[in-house]
Amino acid sequence: MSTTAAQQIDEIKTTPWSGGRSPFNVEYGKMMMWFFLLSDAFTFSTLLISYGALRFSAPVWPAPSLVFQSFPGLIESGAPLVFVGLMTFILIMSSVTMVLAVEAGHRNSKKEVVWWMIGTIIGGLMFLGCQAMEWTHLHSEGFWWGHIPDTKTMQEFFKEGVPLTQQAMSSHQFANLFFTITGFHGFHVFSGVIINIIITVNVLIGTYQKRGSYLMVEKVGLYWHFVDLVWVFVFTFFYLV
Amino acid sequence: MSSETTNVHAHEGEHDEHEGMTKRRIWNVFFVLLGITCVEFIIALWLAPTFHWPSHFVNPAYIVLTLFKAFYIVAYFMHLKFEKIGLALAIIVPILFIIGLILVLTNESHYWIDLRL
Repeated sequence: MSTTAAQQIDEIKTTPWSGGRSPFNVEYGKMMMWFFLLSDAFTFSTLLISYGALRFSAPVWPAPSLVFQSFPGLIESGAPLVFVGLMTFILIMSSVTMVLAVEAGHRNSKKEVVWWMIGTIIGGLMFLGCQAMEWTHLHSEGFWWGHIPDTKTMQEFFKEGVPLTQQAMSSHQFANLFFTITGFHGFHVFSGVIINIIITVNVLIGTYQKRGSYLMVEKVGLYWHFVDLVWVFVFTFFYLV
Repeated sequence: MSSETTNVHAHEGEHDEHEGMTKRRIWNVFFVLLGITCVEFIIALWLAPTFHWPSHFVNPAYIVLTLFKAFYIVAYFMHLKFEKIGLALAIIVPILFIIGLILVLTNESHYWIDLRL
């Protein structure tokens, strides 16, 4: 009887949390990327929630369908959501090329990884270009951090009959929040493009081929998808709601 | 012995990941995301103005559709659905703090609007 008890004690436990192996079964850097993204999610949430709180407490707010109704360079007005729709499509598309690069990495196909990564970088640059045009357009109308358009222009962004004093206050809040939040997101896209370029160079010179795995592509992919995820929320709360 | 089992398990884990996302599945998720975005556009540009849908009906619809998109990006593109359940919980459960902040600040903003009026 004592022998069976001893056998039970000596038996090696194999449950995930009994030690001797990684319970999450992910590589250290990938897990840290997840934790970083969680903290970044908190940062973006606080920005978006403050925006929500200020907008809820404002009696009036500039109507998105009136503020964002131009396609910079092509259509001056009367095309709400068209330009931002293009931006959303570009970002989702670059997320797809990123996940295709990860898939090619699993098959150790260096050439395909490079091509999909280049596609992702081009998508990121196109998105940044669109955002620059959007900012320039709003700036030309008079919006900037702490700046709002003159009263005549501003009235076009509100439904009729809203008092001018209320317009001025909520326009200020709108301008500051819009440039801060899309700027913070754009900065993430910008750093994502830089990181993607570094990783692509590493793929080209064969760093990951020597290492035998394209795990770094997966890690930078996680960051890139997160940027897309944040845009989904920014798009809803600034352009749709 | 223990290091041997570690290697075996690590290898199995890799194998699972390889089966996670096929090219076909990637494009399926892409079309889901594109489809949801198109639905949002149809609501914003056509349904809401034509049938005069009130904002307290349209806005929750946008938010639900957005959460669907977020689920597809996190679960499939970011591969969280195919990770160990422990990692998925470690990432998802802290999101409860964000929900808490939403509830607190929405409540607070209703108080602010009373102060302003």
